[in-house]
Amino acid sequence: MNRRVLLIEDEPNITEAIRFLLSREGWQVQTHADGADAVDVITAAAPDLLILDVMLPGKSGMDILKELRALDGMQDLPVLMLTARGQARDRDMAEKAGVSRFMTKPFSNAEVLTAVRDLHAQASRP
Amino acid sequence: MSIGPENETGPVQAPPVFLEKQSYRRRRLSDAARLLPIFGALLFAVPLLWPDGSGDGDPVPMSVAITYIFGIWVLLIVVGGLFGLAARRWSGPDPGRSERG
Amino acid sequence: MASLNVLILVCLGYVVFLFGVAFASDRLAATGRIRWLRSPLIYTLSLSIYCTAWTFYGAVGYAARSGLEFVTIYLGPTLVMIGWWWGLRKLVRVGRSQRVTSIADLISSRFGKSNVLAICVTVLAVIAVTPYIALQLQSITLSFSIFAEGDPDGFYREGSSAFWVAAGLAVFAILFGTRNLDANERHHGVVTAIAIEAVVKLVALLAVGAFVVWGIGGGIEPMLQRIDQSEIGAWTIDKSRWATITFLAAAAFVCLPRMFQVMVVENDDERHLRTAAWAFPLYLLLMSLFVVPIAVVGLDLMPEGANPDLFVLTIPLAQGEGGLAMLAFLGGFSSATSMVIVAAMALSTMVSNHIVMPIWLYSQGGGASVSGDVRNIVLFSRRVSIAVIMGLGYFYFRFTGGGALASIGLIAFAGIAQILPALVGGLFWRGATRTGALVGLSIGFLLWLYTLLLPGIGSGLLSESVMTNGLFGWHWLRPDALFGITGLDPTVHSVMWSLSLNTVAFCFVSLLSFPSPLERLQGAQFVNVFDHSAGPRGWTGSVAQSEDLMIMSQRILGAREAQEFFHTEALQQGGRGVLPDPTPAFLERLERELGGSVGAAAAHAMIGQIVGGSSVSVQDLLAVADESAQLMEYSSQLEAKSSELSRTARKLQEANEKLTQISLQKDAFLSQVSHELRTPMTSIRAFSEILRDTDGLLPEDKTHYATIIHDEALRLTRLLDDLLDLSVLESGQVSLNLRDGRLDAVLDRALDSALAGSTRKLLVKRQKSTERIALRSDLDRLGQVFINLIANAQKYCDARHPILTISVHDVGGQVVVDFIDNGSGIPAEAQSMVFEKFARVSSEKAGGAGLGLAICREIMQRLGGNVTYLAGQGGAGFRVSLATNQEMAAE
Repeated sequence: MNRRVLLIEDEPNITEAIRFLLSREGWQVQTHADGADAVDVITAAAPDLLILDVMLPGKSGMDILKELRALDGMQDLPVLMLTARGQARDRDMAEKAGVSRFMTKPFSNAEVLTAVRDLHAQASRP
Repeated sequence: MSIGPENETGPVQAPPVFLEKQSYRRRRLSDAARLLPIFGALLFAVPLLWPDGSGDGDPVPMSVAITYIFGIWVLLIVVGGLFGLAARRWSGPDPGRSERG
Repeated sequence: MASLNVLILVCLGYVVFLFGVAFASDRLAATGRIRWLRSPLIYTLSLSIYCTAWTFYGAVGYAARSGLEFVTIYLGPTLVMIGWWWGLRKLVRVGRSQRVTSIADLISSRFGKSNVLAICVTVLAVIAVTPYIALQLQSITLSFSIFAEGDPDGFYREGSSAFWVAAGLAVFAILFGTRNLDANERHHGVVTAIAIEAVVKLVALLAVGAFVVWGIGGGIEPMLQRIDQSEIGAWTIDKSRWATITFLAAAAFVCLPRMFQVMVVENDDERHLRTAAWAFPLYLLLMSLFVVPIAVVGLDLMPEGANPDLFVLTIPLAQGEGGLAMLAFLGGFSSATSMVIVAAMALSTMVSNHIVMPIWLYSQGGGASVSGDVRNIVLFSRRVSIAVIMGLGYFYFRFTGGGALASIGLIAFAGIAQILPALVGGLFWRGATRTGALVGLSIGFLLWLYTLLLPGIGSGLLSESVMTNGLFGWHWLRPDALFGITGLDPTVHSVMWSLSLNTVAFCFVSLLSFPSPLERLQGAQFVNVFDHSAGPRGWTGSVAQSEDLMIMSQRILGAREAQEFFHTEALQQGGRGVLPDPTPAFLERLERELGGSVGAAAAHAMIGQIVGGSSVSVQDLLAVADESAQLMEYSSQLEAKSSELSRTARKLQEANEKLTQISLQKDAFLSQVSHELRTPMTSIRAFSEILRDTDGLLPEDKTHYATIIHDEALRLTRLLDDLLDLSVLESGQVSLNLRDGRLDAVLDRALDSALAGSTRKLLVKRQKSTERIALRSDLDRLGQVFINLIANAQKYCDARHPILTISVHDVGGQVVVDFIDNGSGIPAEAQSMVFEKFARVSSEKAGGAGLGLAICREIMQRLGGNVTYLAGQGGAGFRVSLATNQEMAAE
């Protein structure tokens, strides 16, 4: 089983940390750092799971998610959203945009792993 | 709340400078009505020029004098009556009712 | 031939008939069914009181003596009527809008409600009209005597008949002229009776004329030939008299109290004038049409010495036409009675209002505080006045014995015409003053008295020596040749001198004197009456008024309240209609209701405007002005307060907006700070957990992860430093350490510290000679700015071989330091943003928090200079402008 996760995050150190964590869990991790072409990258990669930062150069994670949810076949993609601006308003917006899980930076590694496992389990259950 | 200059009602309405055609006609009609008595007075003064027998020429016969004066009289009455009719026809509110009488 | 008794019976019957008509129309007027009473026809016919017995009998006599000159008496009024648009329209409008009761009232009202002037006009009118009334009595008496001559059985005494005629006319005038007090001084009964008399006299004269032309003369053509062959068959007139009498008749037509009464006071509707304008000249023409034929036939047929003044009566009698003679008698009787009644009424109003009532009020010692019984006093004084005026006429007739009808009439005309300058001046010239009117009137009156009335009405009043040698023996003061101008006809002479000097004095004194405020107000109201008054609406107590009142009340009280009020009133009146009738009681309540909203004076004026058809009186205006002044003061206070309130509210709103904005900025800032803090903390936490929890990490991985943690910790520290720095700078609490230094030294130090320990190679180009500038500034802060800009170039310049050019210029007296690199620069859309806090230009992370340029700008502004982005330099370019007030000297 080849589980693929796509991580869209502009902060290289955070990208490296998550890549390290998920690789050890058996995920094939693909990364991207820019928001502007993120939707194309996502549709092309067609990952099993998407981890999305909110504050991205070019296009915000919220807009990316909205566009994504409007596309065919992308409604059920599990999306874990990360943000450094932990305000309640952002959580509401993310839920409206169709997020599967919302997480505020800084997070613990265990939290990320749990969330990824949960989301994957939900998605693979018919 | 603030009362700017645009809220003011402006100066007292001045009488219009240009009148509609009907108002213009009406004004000229009243001008004519004003001239009528002057014409009448002039016409009634014409007999003053007639020879009265004291100077040269035969005096004008009384019948001619009567015919002339009563003729002018009738003329004035008819014109005055026509003006009265016109005034009645145009007796609606005059938009430029500012002429000094 | 009808006996004298039959004649008297017919007379009495006719008078009773007139009584009945007058009574019936008064009753009709009281019930409001008076539409036909207000017709233009009635108005025109009522004007016919101009044609008195002087016209009916006298015109023929006049024609028999002076040919066609008689016609001037009717040409004058014809011209006035034809020119109604000029004069009469204004006169009637003023009369209605000012509610004048007589010509004296009008003059007095125009010149500041001066009672002296009113008394003058009244006295003048009484003196001028008394002979005129005597003339009517004379004509009636004469006509009686004609019948008496033919009735040997009759018992007839001239004196007593004149007395009874006078008494009878007085009673008639009292009964119908003073039955009640109408605020508008209108008497429908009398006017209707006069209209009937007008028809009677016209029919009578036309009948006699037709009889003469077709019955005796044999048709029009033979008649004209007969006229030409008669003794008045040639055109011989006194030219000066022709012109003068035409003018005099025109003036008298306007100024005569009785004409003013029917033309202005009794006028129901201004629009009637336009019918009367042609109909009344037609009436005059018909009255004059057969005058010359009757005169000619009379001169032919009647014996030598027969009184031509009575041809109208004597020709039918001589031809045995008793019925026609009776009709002619009734015509003459009508002419005389209608004139006397109206003249007496008009004069009594003047005498009572301007002489008797002021005296009575004065004798009561009180002023305005007289109670309700004034009505009876007024009525009584009017009745007495009528009696006195008739008495005067009677005594004048008895003691002078009369004269030729025409000459008495002309004397009266000349007297009454003295009012003309004041009247015309008052209507058309705002500069006319009370003093001017008074002086002009007095001079005209005295001259008329001296040159026409006293010499004219008989012997003995002026002594022979005065007549021939002039007053005080001054030859140039002879009554018939003032200032030595002789050879003029007495009437022409008198009219010329009295009216011209009257006018000159009026104008001259008006120019010299200054009018009182009331006079000026009234003057403006009179002269510009068409601007001030409402349209030519009739004074009808109709529902239309109620509608107008309703509309006005809705505006003032509000629609619902007004409708409620009107509905209640209509119910109280018996609920015949939706709207109540404008009864006095209703109007009084409405006025009170409105007064509560707009003030009593304004309410009174408003209602008056609608119901009375009258314009606002001066007192009303003054009272309104007072009230509105108070209102304006009050409302200006309110306005001041409310504008103060609105100012405060605006300030509060501004403060609120500013606070909101600040709060929003603060939120955004905090959000940004949060993000910038959390991001490095995320890395730190993630890698420290990895180091802690992961077994079997390679040593180089461990070192790598520890380095990341270290770098991110440094980044956090820098961020916190920047934030503190910025906060100190923004709050203005930074203390500047001003020192003297040199620009090149500051740049050297900045380059050293910015490039120290840097792995990336940046070539810096400088031109040291231009940098040798002395300056006084906080050199550390300035250096911080330079370091920041150099570090930015080092971090962000994306050229293969990055080059930074530092150049110093003098731009407009200001020293600027430009930092330009050879990279791709900052995109245009981001250029305006680079100095904002946390502005992100590139997607690449370079460890900065985005506060550097914001701090640079803050520092430069503190130092009195600025830092701006330089577009179009081929790379990123920043310009640091040094403070202008710094001492700069190139060494």
